[in-house]
Amino acid sequence: MRSWRAPALLIPLALIAAPLMADSNLPPAPLANTALPNPAQERQAKALMTKIRCLVCQGESIAESNSDLAGDMRSMIRERIQAGESPDSIRHWLIRRYGNWVTYDPPFSAQTAGLWLVPLMLVIAGGLLVRGRIKRRHD
Amino acid sequence: MTKRLWLWLPFAGFALVLGLLIHGLVAPESHDIPSQWVGQPMPHFDLPAASSSRPGFSSANLTAGKPHLVNIFASWCIPCAAEAPQLVALTKAGVEVDGIALRDRKVDLDAFLERNGNPYARIGSDTTSSVAMALGSTGVPETYLIDSKGIIRLQHIGVLYDDDVPRLIAQMKALH
Repeated sequence: MRSWRAPALLIPLALIAAPLMADSNLPPAPLANTALPNPAQERQAKALMTKIRCLVCQGESIAESNSDLAGDMRSMIRERIQAGESPDSIRHWLIRRYGNWVTYDPPFSAQTAGLWLVPLMLVIAGGLLVRGRIKRRHD
Repeated sequence: MTKRLWLWLPFAGFALVLGLLIHGLVAPESHDIPSQWVGQPMPHFDLPAASSSRPGFSSANLTAGKPHLVNIFASWCIPCAAEAPQLVALTKAGVEVDGIALRDRKVDLDAFLERNGNPYARIGSDTTSSVAMALGSTGVPETYLIDSKGIIRLQHIGVLYDDDVPRLIAQMKALH
């Protein structure tokens, strides 16, 4: 943050210029930033939030993001967990709507197989390579 | 002979990575996350009136036997003002456009409609993005085409431009 250094002229300009990704004038949803009274439920909600990707900022989980939509999603998750829904069912509800993109823990499917299998294959290939080298040296 | 073929393997790997990099540079950049809910029935909702001039909007309004456009917008969304003339053109062509105002206040929305025109038959107020999330929507503006049975047929992410108007009209006619 270097805004204190900005020339005096830029400050009024920055105030009238509305950013493209403008946020609304409404306050955050009721449970966006309020922990649930039941600590076990809050723990479940928090754990799920860190696994759900923010759809606006695209590099943060909704637990970290300040965007309106992330706040609304946090509130929705807390409301549903308070109502007794399981974190897995909420996560599935979101995946049905936003696709695997929305979770940092994508379920195994034909589309995500590479994601899970390539590291495993690389480790196996590396192991074979090392074994070959050692064998050759011994021969 | 096979040994010589193996020598080409690192080069092939390099060419693959290079190809991916060039593709990344050339392909048009898109951060859109399309809704996976297209093809599904409109979620059930009943939203109160968002403006002083139009009634609220409920999913029951969508099964009245004709296709609808549902536009998610907001007074604080600058691109939404840019697509207002296109929405007016659609209503002039006989299309019914219903609105969902996202996280909006009545005063702000009334001023927005005053400034940009009001193409909406109904406008529901979604103050916590609940309907937006149920639709798999990621922001404003977005437009959904709903068929006469209440099934979502199409999601348009972002501003509607001039050339989207005849395309949408044709698609809605095809649904009749």
